[in-house]
Amino acid sequence: MKHAREMKSLASKSEFYLFFLILILGATFTFANPKFLALQNILDLLKSYSFFGILSVGELVVLLSGGIDISFTAIAQVAEYVTVAVILQYGGNLIAAILISCAIGIILGLANGLLIHFLRIPPIITTIATLNLYFGALYVISTGNIIYRVPQFYQDLSNATLPGGVPMVVGLWTGVVIVTGLILRYTLLGRSIYALGGNPAAAERVGFKVLHTRLFVYSFIGLSSGFGSIVHTALVQSAIPNSIVGHELDVLAAVVLGGANIFGGSGSLIGTFMGVGLLAMLGNGLTLMGISSYWNDVVVGCVLLVGVTFSSLQRMLLASRRANVLVEQEGL
Amino acid sequence: MWGLNPDRFVTTNNLRSMAFQLPEIGILTLGMMVAMLHGGINLSIVGLANLTGITVALVLHAISPQGAGTDAGWFNGLLSVIAGLCVSLAVGFLQGVLIGFAGVSAILATLGTMTLVNGACVLITHGSTLTGFPNTILFLGNGSLGVVPIPLLLFLICAVLLSVLLRRTTFGFSVYMLGTNQEATKFAGINNRLVLLKVYLLSSVLASIAGLVMMGRFNSVKADYGQSYLLITVLAAVLGGTSASGGFGKVLGVVLAVIMLQLIASGLNLLGVDPFFAIATWGVILLMVMTLNHFLRPGA
Repeated sequence: MKHAREMKSLASKSEFYLFFLILILGATFTFANPKFLALQNILDLLKSYSFFGILSVGELVVLLSGGIDISFTAIAQVAEYVTVAVILQYGGNLIAAILISCAIGIILGLANGLLIHFLRIPPIITTIATLNLYFGALYVISTGNIIYRVPQFYQDLSNATLPGGVPMVVGLWTGVVIVTGLILRYTLLGRSIYALGGNPAAAERVGFKVLHTRLFVYSFIGLSSGFGSIVHTALVQSAIPNSIVGHELDVLAAVVLGGANIFGGSGSLIGTFMGVGLLAMLGNGLTLMGISSYWNDVVVGCVLLVGVTFSSLQRMLLASRRANVLVEQEGL
Repeated sequence: MWGLNPDRFVTTNNLRSMAFQLPEIGILTLGMMVAMLHGGINLSIVGLANLTGITVALVLHAISPQGAGTDAGWFNGLLSVIAGLCVSLAVGFLQGVLIGFAGVSAILATLGTMTLVNGACVLITHGSTLTGFPNTILFLGNGSLGVVPIPLLLFLICAVLLSVLLRRTTFGFSVYMLGTNQEATKFAGINNRLVLLKVYLLSSVLASIAGLVMMGRFNSVKADYGQSYLLITVLAAVLGGTSASGGFGKVLGVVLAVIMLQLIASGLNLLGVDPFFAIATWGVILLMVMTLNHFLRPGA
């Protein structure tokens, strides 16, 4: 019981540090350029990162289960392009687009899950393979053709706002976060995801259905990638076959910075949201400070390295403390 | 498959171009293989290759700005190559410390360093291509010793040395042990941390040498060359028998795998196949190989 409390307090500690870091960064950027804290700037920033945010939620779920997926950008790419092409050809509205994208996402994600579970291929390798497979196939079928004019409802989606001036797409992102949070916290499925990530063998023995859980998480990230692609199309008002692929590791970085354990079993939506926020702030704040964008990757790389080192050392410290407690208890 | 028509495929020209292209991927794959043997992965190898090339370009320009096709003198060339290798070693050292001493997972440590290195490359070059290397450098990528291309020679030397290192030294054996069972290795008295540090030093040196070859062959360096190579190195390593979870793998297997992939790549090229179709094909082949592995070697 004491360990459970320790684990909880550790988790809340790492999110606390992150929150603190965001506050400090926010203060620094605002000091350098007061426009940073302007409401419109923040809303715009949130809007432009909603796609990224939705993808991060999906990736968090996969990481929690002890897996990893870097093909989700290709899934989103395929979903986006195929949906736009189909709607342009056969007509349809936003609802149809959402249905098509989500369906494609689920199918491609499910394929990943099946390969990973039944063939026992390590997830990183499977998803490297499917990333290239899906992306290559899309490019071949689309012949690299860029679609410049997308159906009107995408523009409407981009312009729509909720009361208070909050962009609709930010609302969609929030919706995804809430739904995911409900699943993770209040359903047996959510429990099984954490259990699988914490200790697969134990999870199986306790009775959780490993197959169902795995298939769910990979389909889920497929679903969120598909859903997210609608937001992406709305934001960029075009369908370019290579606009999304290439940023998978940025999403992974955001989720990991948010405190998710790469080995699985721990992580939170708040942490992920803050991780996305941190990266968003770095991108925006550096620009507002007049620092050339050539520095972006260097800064992100440094932050990532410091972040993962910090959480790894934290984990090692906790493990050794736990071992010491055990030693004391056993009287060794 | 008329592209594999012997009259078109097995020409001296074609074999020569394959022999020049193969070593880049080969040396990179050796670097990836070493990281996979302990159960990790090195996502930064392509970035390190580019960084090495860029460093060499910068140092060379600083100490002897003579330009393309000239002879910069072997000493200047050597100095700049050493500079490139040192930069790469420094990054490898960082990775080794993070993974071995701080317990950071390999995916994350190499992801972070990859981002950092790519960022540094872009920052230094401002995204542009640096070109115009003197003959001393070009020799590395395009020269031949008799009938054997220099890059191929480098690849063979690296392969032989690595093979000896892995099979005949304690270090090599420790790497395999780490890949099989980290706890048992620690209890066997091996200094896990030091071994991991050396693994990533080795991996970055190999990536660096690959970068030298790329630089010599293309006569130019850019921040994002070879982005598609990462998948291919994983594929080649796995095809060559390296277990993705660590503990198994042979240099000979990797060499043969690289040769096979080069043949396929050249074949696809000759067939005039869309390069993106090739990308999809690599993905399919990787999946097929892993599937076969699952059915033929249930333990690995």
